[in-house]
Amino acid sequence: MASKEAYITGVGQSEVGVRLPRHPLLLTLDAAKEAIAEAGLTFDQIDGVFSFPGKSHGYLAFSPVGTDEIIEALGIKSKWQMGGLEQPAQLSAIGMAAWAVKQGICRHVLCFRTVYEAGGMADPAQYMPARSETVSGASQWTSPFWATSAACWTAQYAARHVHKYGLTRQQLGQIAVNGSKNAMLNPRARAITKEELTLDKYMDARMISTPLCLYDCDRFSDASTVIIVSAGDALDEIKCEPIRIAAMSGSVDRYSWDQVEWPAAYDAGRDLWTRTDYTPADVDTAQFYDGFAFLPITWLEGLGFCEKGEGGQFIEGGTRIARDGQLPLNTAGGQLGAGRLHGFGFAHEAVTQLRGQAGERQIAGDPRVAVATSGGGPLAAALLLTKD
Amino acid sequence: MNPPRPRPRLDQENTAFWTGGAQGHLNIVKCGDCGQYTHPPRLICRHCQSENIAPDAVAGTGVIDTFTINHQPWAKGLEVPFVIARVALDGVAGVYLTTNIVNCPVDAVAFGDAVKVVFEEQDGVFYPLFEKVA
Ligand SMILES: [Zn+2]
Repeated sequence: MASKEAYITGVGQSEVGVRLPRHPLLLTLDAAKEAIAEAGLTFDQIDGVFSFPGKSHGYLAFSPVGTDEIIEALGIKSKWQMGGLEQPAQLSAIGMAAWAVKQGICRHVLCFRTVYEAGGMADPAQYMPARSETVSGASQWTSPFWATSAACWTAQYAARHVHKYGLTRQQLGQIAVNGSKNAMLNPRARAITKEELTLDKYMDARMISTPLCLYDCDRFSDASTVIIVSAGDALDEIKCEPIRIAAMSGSVDRYSWDQVEWPAAYDAGRDLWTRTDYTPADVDTAQFYDGFAFLPITWLEGLGFCEKGEGGQFIEGGTRIARDGQLPLNTAGGQLGAGRLHGFGFAHEAVTQLRGQAGERQIAGDPRVAVATSGGGPLAAALLLTKD
Repeated sequence: MNPPRPRPRLDQENTAFWTGGAQGHLNIVKCGDCGQYTHPPRLICRHCQSENIAPDAVAGTGVIDTFTINHQPWAKGLEVPFVIARVALDGVAGVYLTTNIVNCPVDAVAFGDAVKVVFEEQDGVFYPLFEKVA
């Protein structure tokens, strides 16, 4: 029954840049205005504001805008706000919004993710964490050994894949090469990708943490992405093509990357299909979190597009994941090609493709089913989006 | 000369782990009721929720479960490359340590290598690093 369903209605995105002079709150406003206009709504119809995470006071560049600030700035009367880092992963903000509208708590929820990690570098005093004398919490188990970046943590999962299943750098490189190719056709990615990455250039790149090289790591950017989630019984209020959230899943493991046997993508991936009659064979395009190039491999395997261990073969040569391939992947460029939008870019692109509004990078054949994912290590969330 | 290692803030849960090296001990929290280990250290057993737990000096040997050769200097003056590894501890089922493999060239490290703990002291904190067992 449609009234109990949740739909993505408006989607919006600010300019994506590197060291943008525009304040992150204003970037959020840009994205929100675009999403609201597309949905045909006004701000006074929004009654929920969700994000992942909320405002990060220690590391402001990572999450510079809180749900409370959006409620304040946009004059929203909100029934619910949610911005916890404790959610499964980035896209679970959209999943939780879907839950809120299905429960009848909210009618139209504004979900946003704003990042200012490139701009924050230019103004570290205001946006970056103060240098601490000591490390505590989860980082005390990694930082003392200079495993200070998620690159080092992800690298260890990737290295095991290389060792156990024979993943090659040529295979892994297809994720970055494919992302760059698609980013070249995405006007919003111009600040991030200026020329196409070749496999030769990828192979020559300097190593960060084996097997991950420079091009396996996404690039800091400044941007905001807004997704409006609406209740099925409120669709008469909107003016765009609604995209149904057909299923959602999440997984939260111990927040100790080194104590987790498999990334949470495997659990969240498996769970997604228990909540729908759709199967991987129905998916027309996949938008997989690629903060590091290895992560889409965990999603390909976790969601059952191939067997565990066979992700490398799946992307071999890059034809299967190309825009005209069997499973067009990260058609806007992903985070490797279009900037570290921190998950929300994948939902934005999935909706854009399903609506046939992706311009030059639009995939052929009237796509009807898309999957968007987010997260790495012990956190994962997935959304199945359909046009039906 | 490498910069000092980031220093853990010592508290009730973690002090035995970070200072056990003073006695040459690699301390992992063990449950007095179910006999299983909890790491990172917590105030209760993660298997049976018993509060009857205490640091236990384990063998300090293990095998390299996975590793990466890190080339990026994450801090000013940090010498690269170096190995970051996940070591599976012998006799401590399900417990892994993130650590560095030291005292050998980075390309001499392999999956499944047997390793043993060596402590590096810095201002009263004893960092458990591992070297290959000859
Ligand atoms: Zn116990």
